[in-house]
Amino acid sequence: MNDLKYTADHEWAYLDDDIVTVGITDFAQDQLGELVYVELPEAGIEVSVGQEVVVIESVKAAGDIKSPVKGSVVEVNSALNDDPEKVNADPTGEGWFYRVRIVSPSDLDELMDEAAYQEFIATLD
Amino acid sequence: MKQTPLYELHTALGAKMVSFAGYEMPLQYPLGILFEHRQVRTSAGLFDVSHMGQATVFGDDSARLLETVLPANLLELPNGSQRYSFFTNDTGGILDDLMIYRLDDRYTLVVNASNKEADFALLQNLCGDTVEFESMINHALLALQGPQACSALQRLSPGIQKLPFMGAKQVLISGISCTVTRSGYTGEDGFEISVGASDALDLARNLLELPEVEAVGLGARDSLRLEAGLCLHGNDIGPNTSPVEAGLQWAIPRCRRTQGSRCGGFPGADRILAEIDNGAMRRRVGIRPDGKAPVRAHAELLNADGIQIGEVSSGGFGPSMNAPVAMGYVSREYSTSGTALHALVRNKPLPVSVCAMPFSPHRYHTKEKKE
Repeated sequence: MNDLKYTADHEWAYLDDDIVTVGITDFAQDQLGELVYVELPEAGIEVSVGQEVVVIESVKAAGDIKSPVKGSVVEVNSALNDDPEKVNADPTGEGWFYRVRIVSPSDLDELMDEAAYQEFIATLD
Repeated sequence: MKQTPLYELHTALGAKMVSFAGYEMPLQYPLGILFEHRQVRTSAGLFDVSHMGQATVFGDDSARLLETVLPANLLELPNGSQRYSFFTNDTGGILDDLMIYRLDDRYTLVVNASNKEADFALLQNLCGDTVEFESMINHALLALQGPQACSALQRLSPGIQKLPFMGAKQVLISGISCTVTRSGYTGEDGFEISVGASDALDLARNLLELPEVEAVGLGARDSLRLEAGLCLHGNDIGPNTSPVEAGLQWAIPRCRRTQGSRCGGFPGADRILAEIDNGAMRRRVGIRPDGKAPVRAHAELLNADGIQIGEVSSGGFGPSMNAPVAMGYVSREYSTSGTALHALVRNKPLPVSVCAMPFSPHRYHTKEKKE
């Protein structure tokens, strides 16, 4: 998956046809520490760009995931309910949060590509 | 930003460093907070707690003068014994909580890092012709905690297993001169080891070479003490909470209470003793969320009518319980174990219940089982 797009809040989005999968980056999971709780949205709800849709809690702190795209949630990764540590182990794979059927693919144009994101996190340390 | 004598060891071990009370401290090592937590519950962990304040008060009148600021029995404290106590203010609040141990005529206090300047100033004020104060700034403090701490340490310090819970002793550990107490902040058996700063690195390396021992950071220190129901000053206790509200009256001996031989005589005694006799209006209690979402400090606690009757003071995930745990203050009528309440988290009322602490049973090295 080298076509990931990124937000400045360390979410990633992956577009496949009209479905976008959303998760957090390796950088984000490392900063957060081991996750102990994930609260996923309900499938079927409509989300807008920037809407807080997932709550995550690590051993250290709580955080939220803002949707990088607008659309309806078609699937959530309910395996995370019992095993939130999957996000730490495989943030861009098994640790995905939810999938959205998007309205406008141009939502992703606002996001950073891999090179831009790597450059961005390099400025954070 | 200050560093402890073990700073280079932390970075060499790959610790994630954070700023805490003016020090750069290890939050966690590569093993991670959950692993480090379980390491201390099942084997042994080594903590650098050199940021904490250590100071000694000595001289003829030390015990009597210390009793004017601490509701403790220091005049009768046996040599080589340690007690938990706290500095109180005039309104009966807790300025800081601390450990104090006696070795001959010297009383050494271990206080919280964030309060140490104020504590030291308070102690300095006590001193005069007969009593002196010495801050141990050239000392490090290590904590070795866990069910295997003793069997491990014994190999470097034969005989250490005879030290009783809350005992204090000067010993050699792999030839390094140390002062050891059998106490800690995890609910497990273990030791706190005071050592000269120049020997701290050698000592820490020797302890980490023991196969039972892994380095443990502040992250796990917090989850361990939370599960053990132990207070963090600044969160669970502070200038606006009294020892009785906090459920710490066990630390105030009979001789300092109403009708005791040295009744009162410490700041805020009127309120504190009245609360011991009559109860406090609010109490610190354990809180167990029914669900999986952690409930953290400052979450409002609501009764069945949705009225706020308390607030969470500490909370998070309890790795040993594999569930969220918290503690907080509630009005006295809601403090009975089993009381159903709600905690307001992200504006949602989550069901929680009041419960007894500790969440994870204490496993101190005591002869009789407590309670």
